[in-house]
Amino acid sequence: MVGLHKSDFKNPVVRWIDQRLPIPSMLTKEYAEFPTPKNFNYFWNFGALAMVCLVVMIVTGIFLAMHYTPHVDYAFDSVERIMRDVNYGWLLRYIHMNGASMFFIVVYIHIFRGLYYGSYKAPRELLWILGVVILLLMMATAFMGYVLPWGQMSFWGATVITNLFSAIPIVGPDIVTWLWGGFSVDNPTLNRFFSLHYLLPFVIVGVVFLHVVALHITGSNNPLGIEPKGPQDTIPFHPYYTIKDSFGLVIFLIVFAFFVFFAPNFMGHPDNYIPANPLVTPAHIVPEWYFLPFYAILRAVPDKLGGVVLMFASIFVLFVLPWLDTSPVRSMKFRPLARPFFWVFVAACLLLGYCGAMPAEGIWVVLSRVGTAYYFLYFLVILPVLGKLERPLPLPASISQRVLGGGPVPAAAASKPMEKA
Amino acid sequence: MRMLRLALAAAALAFAAPVHAAGPSVAIPSQTWSFGGLFGTFDRASAQRGFLVYKQVCASCHAMKQLAYRNLEGIGLSEDEIRAIAADVMIKDGPNDDGEMFERPGRPSDRFRSPFPNVQAARAANNGAYPVDLSLITKARENGANYLYALLTGYRENPPAGVEPMEGMHYNEYFPGHWIAMAQPLWPDMVDYPDGTRATIEQMARDVTTFMAWAAEPELEQRRAMGVRVILFLIVLAGLTYGVKRKIWADLKH
Amino acid sequence: MAETSTAQAQGGHGAGGTRRDFLSLTTTAVAGVGVAAFAWPFIQSMNPSASVLALASTEVDLAPIVVGQAITVVWRGKPVFIRHRTAEDITAARDTPLSALPDPQTDQSRVQKPEWLVMIGICTHLGCVPLGQRPTDPKGDFNGWFCPCHGSHYDTSGRIRRGPAPANLAIPPYTFTSDTAIRIG
Repeated sequence: MVGLHKSDFKNPVVRWIDQRLPIPSMLTKEYAEFPTPKNFNYFWNFGALAMVCLVVMIVTGIFLAMHYTPHVDYAFDSVERIMRDVNYGWLLRYIHMNGASMFFIVVYIHIFRGLYYGSYKAPRELLWILGVVILLLMMATAFMGYVLPWGQMSFWGATVITNLFSAIPIVGPDIVTWLWGGFSVDNPTLNRFFSLHYLLPFVIVGVVFLHVVALHITGSNNPLGIEPKGPQDTIPFHPYYTIKDSFGLVIFLIVFAFFVFFAPNFMGHPDNYIPANPLVTPAHIVPEWYFLPFYAILRAVPDKLGGVVLMFASIFVLFVLPWLDTSPVRSMKFRPLARPFFWVFVAACLLLGYCGAMPAEGIWVVLSRVGTAYYFLYFLVILPVLGKLERPLPLPASISQRVLGGGPVPAAAASKPMEKA
Repeated sequence: MRMLRLALAAAALAFAAPVHAAGPSVAIPSQTWSFGGLFGTFDRASAQRGFLVYKQVCASCHAMKQLAYRNLEGIGLSEDEIRAIAADVMIKDGPNDDGEMFERPGRPSDRFRSPFPNVQAARAANNGAYPVDLSLITKARENGANYLYALLTGYRENPPAGVEPMEGMHYNEYFPGHWIAMAQPLWPDMVDYPDGTRATIEQMARDVTTFMAWAAEPELEQRRAMGVRVILFLIVLAGLTYGVKRKIWADLKH
Repeated sequence: MAETSTAQAQGGHGAGGTRRDFLSLTTTAVAGVGVAAFAWPFIQSMNPSASVLALASTEVDLAPIVVGQAITVVWRGKPVFIRHRTAEDITAARDTPLSALPDPQTDQSRVQKPEWLVMIGICTHLGCVPLGQRPTDPKGDFNGWFCPCHGSHYDTSGRIRRGPAPANLAIPPYTFTSDTAIRIG
């Protein structure tokens, strides 16, 4: 039987498949036996939660698309038809609508976890970069999805965001016309946004796959930020982390369900229940909450091009973060000097989010500028300089030493052969 | 502790969202609604009276085109009552075999007839102001039900001293900017309630708001009932999953 | 998610094995119920919506249809054939012995008034619309309808006589609201 994969499976059917298409072996290796640091805290749940969000969004989205009509004359009414006439349509739509917010909450926590524990540092730079690509794709998808119900916020959000590109010198206006497929946001715009909103999630699935492959090459980071020194530092992913992720998932679903069933419009905006009107802009337009910090950065700059550049820079700076942070120590646990700066950074992001929801006037502009300044200072100055100045706390010799308080390695913690595999 | 702080920070980020700028409008007084809170349900009698108010007062200018007569089942009207209500209205249909549009009595499957054929006609008949569609009005306004009630009861015959009257506009305490094109729609006893309720302005405003709240969210009761079951189920599942997790992790604890 | 992970979480790890097995099984079962319940709204959303169900009846005025003429109306998105039958049509249908029919049904059981034949105009073979409504159409070997897709012949009562179709043309539910008007559905 030359050429067949060597399979360890006992079940003849699984074995037959595994010999020819070794996916069962791969899954066992990558998801069951996969050696994972034993000291994850619950912040390491958020990757799995994000994956669940993505699946939920795709599934609800596919079913919503069966009832939605991407045409300026029918889009708003077709969404209302989903809410009123389609069986459980309100449920699908509210899951999808709140799912977007949940997805962003989860991903933002996932990102801040990475920032705190230094998960972007060598050798995980590419893993981090793929994550930032996912974030960008999510933003594009969410933005275009928000346009589809064709309410006032949909229309004016689309108008404002696409107009960002008009800041590009010389070709800007032509690019905007090209994006619109016309001379204003109109039916062609809605149609292409629908098409892309359907496409991009599958692109995200592809990048998530790469993200996971990269993760399985380097292995996971952990709260201590030190690499496992041997089998005594790791446990198999299954059942330990599958069950821990499952528990976290159920807790997450409770929060999700609360919003869907009891406060479905809490994170939305009332103006989006008014059909789009190209002649009247709502008095106070704001993007969805997950864009607010970036929106605040945009408005902090008095110059059109400058604001747009800075807003995009606020994301692109994340791409080069692995090379900006010069500290050899990953986890903030051992960086007493960097830790307060990190928390100020979190506060700055929250402040920017708050400013983004406020009118661009008075104190809010000032605060937006302070937040923006700190945002970039943190990445471009504080992290590079701190790495040189800071004297980190001594790192533990190994994960088990820290976890077990330096005691002897107990038998159960030593790498245990998986009985089932 | 640190994790908790991060979690709280994330939560704060989520909650910062609905904080919107306070406009120049006045604070809207809060009312107690049958459908309020987490578990409220629509007061059917009030919603039915509210439908009467809509039909006899609002419907002469405001459409509710997302609703069909059959939906009225949701506020407790019987099939025969709905059939009669629909039959009272002439609906434009067609074209017939001669290619002509024609009018016929309404059926339960018809959407509420709009008072104007299009936006332009509605504007032309209302001094250029467009009477908005009311299907989603309580969802389409911040603090929708309270706002609607405040608006309907907020008309004042004379603006406060020092405010210049505006030609063709009406002073309302709660309308943003105070000057509203719509004249005071509700007057005492303008609707005959069959159940004998006295049709004060406040009563009618309350009833029609209840009706509008139902019209905007007809799924509300089903949604909340399902939510209770889903969350109870998830809490049980969380307990079970936590039990399994503890057992599995037990042999790692020392 | 939850159920796949817990399903295999039972490897015998020491003394706690039995209790964990029971707990894991219960948890898996509960999670399984949850997943199944979650699937239900998705499946249901593909069934006809409330607005589609509300349009389930069609009214037809028969007065303008002269003897021998047939019209096609739409009911639930499907063509409904209404033929004002001639005396010969009726006689031919009633004289046919049941033994000659692949799907035996008397003509009487297929009409409410002999001169009015009301049927769903969809071939029971694979869903094509048979010919025979217009005067110029081929009416098949039995002067009724002929399905061009696979050659099924229907008689003047809409019964299958020859060809691959297994059953007679279906009769929709309808009632006479007056002598010359019906409501289908």
